Amino acid sequence: MKTMSKRFIDGSRIIVESAVRTGADIFIGYPITPANLIYLYASRRFKNVIPAPDEITTLQWMAGFSATGKIPVTATSFPGFALMVESIGMAFMMELPMLIILVQRLGPSTGTATGSAQGDVMLVNGVNSGGYHLPTFCVSNFEDCWKLPSAAVKTAVKLRTPVILLTSKEMVMTLQDFDTDSLEEIKPVEREFYEGQEEFMPYHPKENKVPHFLHVGNPRHQVRMTASTHDRKATLQHSTQEAISNTKRLREKMTENLKDYTYYDYEEDGNENLVFSFGTTSLASRDAVKILRSNGKKVSLLVAKTLFPIPDDYLRIITKHKKTVIAEENLTGQYRELLFGRMGKNEVRGVNAIGRMIRPEEIVEEVKR
Amino acid sequence: MNREFLSVDNMPFCGGCGHRTVAQSLEKALGRMKDLNPLDVVVVTDIGCIGIIDKQFKTHTVHGLHGRSTALAAGISMGLSEENKKVITLIGDGGATIGLQHVIEAAQRNIDMTVIVHNNMLYGMTGGQPSGLTPCGFKTPIMPEGKPMRGHDLCKLVHAAGAPYARRLIAIGDFSDVIEEALKIKGFSFIEAMEICPSYGLKYNPTRKLHEIAEEAGLEIKLWENKIGQRDDNSYRHVTINSLFDEIQPLEVNFKSDFRGRYSLLLSGSAGEGVQSAAELLSKAVISCGLSATKKGTYPVTVGVGFSTSEVIISSDPILFTGISSPDAVIVVSKDGLNKVKSSVSEMRQGFLYIDSDLNAPETKAKILSSDFRKPFGAKSAALLALLLFLSREKLIPVEALSEQVKASGIGKKIDIEKLLSCLKD
Repeated sequence: MKTMSKRFIDGSRIIVESAVRTGADIFIGYPITPANLIYLYASRRFKNVIPAPDEITTLQWMAGFSATGKIPVTATSFPGFALMVESIGMAFMMELPMLIILVQRLGPSTGTATGSAQGDVMLVNGVNSGGYHLPTFCVSNFEDCWKLPSAAVKTAVKLRTPVILLTSKEMVMTLQDFDTDSLEEIKPVEREFYEGQEEFMPYHPKENKVPHFLHVGNPRHQVRMTASTHDRKATLQHSTQEAISNTKRLREKMTENLKDYTYYDYEEDGNENLVFSFGTTSLASRDAVKILRSNGKKVSLLVAKTLFPIPDDYLRIITKHKKTVIAEENLTGQYRELLFGRMGKNEVRGVNAIGRMIRPEEIVEEVKR
Repeated sequence: MNREFLSVDNMPFCGGCGHRTVAQSLEKALGRMKDLNPLDVVVVTDIGCIGIIDKQFKTHTVHGLHGRSTALAAGISMGLSEENKKVITLIGDGGATIGLQHVIEAAQRNIDMTVIVHNNMLYGMTGGQPSGLTPCGFKTPIMPEGKPMRGHDLCKLVHAAGAPYARRLIAIGDFSDVIEEALKIKGFSFIEAMEICPSYGLKYNPTRKLHEIAEEAGLEIKLWENKIGQRDDNSYRHVTINSLFDEIQPLEVNFKSDFRGRYSLLLSGSAGEGVQSAAELLSKAVISCGLSATKKGTYPVTVGVGFSTSEVIISSDPILFTGISSPDAVIVVSKDGLNKVKSSVSEMRQGFLYIDSDLNAPETKAKILSSDFRKPFGAKSAALLALLLFLSREKLIPVEALSEQVKASGIGKKIDIEKLLSCLKD
């Protein structure tokens, strides 16, 4: 009889394996449901794992490790993420690479620890004071659990920034049969450290708006970092032209390099209907599209994997279609609102739910409506 | 190499501020350490008046958030692999208050770093508000009658946490010898420099001297030591496995099933009675028949008490949507389990309810099949026995596929699968 090499596996295991193979070298952990499997697997797979006493310490230790040239990773859920927010802003301003895995659960507040959700979209969108996005990836299936953590680590290094990998309880805790042997090999991230002879300016940008990196403690150049408004040398400034232009650069480096880290699946099938989704709900969307097509309906599918900054491609694809249905497991359709505001857009409709998964039939119904 | 560690000219502090005195002594102490160069030192500064000193330093500098500099510096210290590096945190009493946990944690872990708390007994930058270190009776603009309760004795706290070196001093004159002593400690060293803020402290407490304030508050000017052998801040490095995938065996397709379509099942029982593991074994058995399966568990956050419910989807096609709109079968093996799924069962318009014969089935349009799941071999075998009975009736996959998975798992040693199988013949 035929032998297959499928494993019965959860997304957490794939995510951790991917991050380690890409070169992430330290995991700082603080327990929270439903991110605990990631912490558990990390404890066996990362060479360095430190249990932190709280989530603020977690992010600060990560920033410290990152400043010394390491690539730190953590995993949390909303209540823990809320504590990390101030320090994420610091790491963003200091331009420190790291990966934060945010496993969504049902809120508000402590909500339901073991309930899945996609309710943190607005939160991640507004994580920085001033409207500066962190590159944010969202896994939509097990293949993504393999590809996106690796892309996230590489983006963190390339853009000198914290990166968020958004997922949910459903994706990281559900076991499923999956062929791990046919996964593409992951190449480790290549890190470049400043090798020039001239004075090192920690925030002097290269052509791609990203500064060279050099770690504190190195014996060749003084390295200075700061979370406050600063010039290219990291000297505190109130609002000099150089400092403000440095602050603007923090947004520009994300948007001008966005093409390098834009990931989505797009299946074009006519220009009548488009089903748009991300994360766990994209699984129901894929089923819905199958059902619709088997009934002779022309329907395109867009699954967003890079959530922030929002790639223009999404708007371009939506505009091509007469009708778009955006399915997301939150109360108000957060991503839809970010795309089109509270006024919305004619022929863009939402399918939303909380406390349960969105069913394929609901998406089918909305497309047919 | 230029061995100037920090420029003590044009410092950004008010006249008479103790921060200046600490900086001068720190410069002298660093200069006396012959094998140390500025680029061997990382200075991490906090928010507050002391924070803006970072531009004076010729060392590496990191300027972080309020109160978090001790944690940030701890991360840096743990991240540096060379032994000769010095990591120094400069923080005020306000920063030490908001970041008290970080100070205690670094002391307890004996992280190789030196923390200098500039304790001027109030928040100077924001208008002189009292901090957690402000002593009882010390007057500030928002408490002009004096603080009503005592402040933390930070030295005693970090000493109790295990810091090898904790010293309180009065920040007047040259105390570079003391700072040098602290910097030379291999592990966590802590200095609390008592100062008086010239802008707010002196104004509201004009007649008081630092020595008297410390003495009246019971803040001893002395050294606390702990004898600690080895530093443990590298102890997190440990042996790891090479692949998380290798931990789980790939499942071979050894059985055959004619099942086509999608079938969803709820297995519901009590925590600690093997519901989740039984559902996982069923899923593996399904995969061993060339089909696809998903499995997820639902249980209260307390894990070990109450209900334990598992959802299993069986499909001849790859599974995308992992939810269950309406189950094809619900298997209930305990009262906790029944309470959890009662409403789902009531809503069923078709399908099957397999329920332990001691339980009362709710109103439902599902076909009810009542059997003894718990009586024959006890609660721990109930879920597995129920699944075997379910398979023998529904014939989605061969019963042997499940019994093989049981035998191959650790559960096979605890549960006699042959005995369970014998029940099916009755």
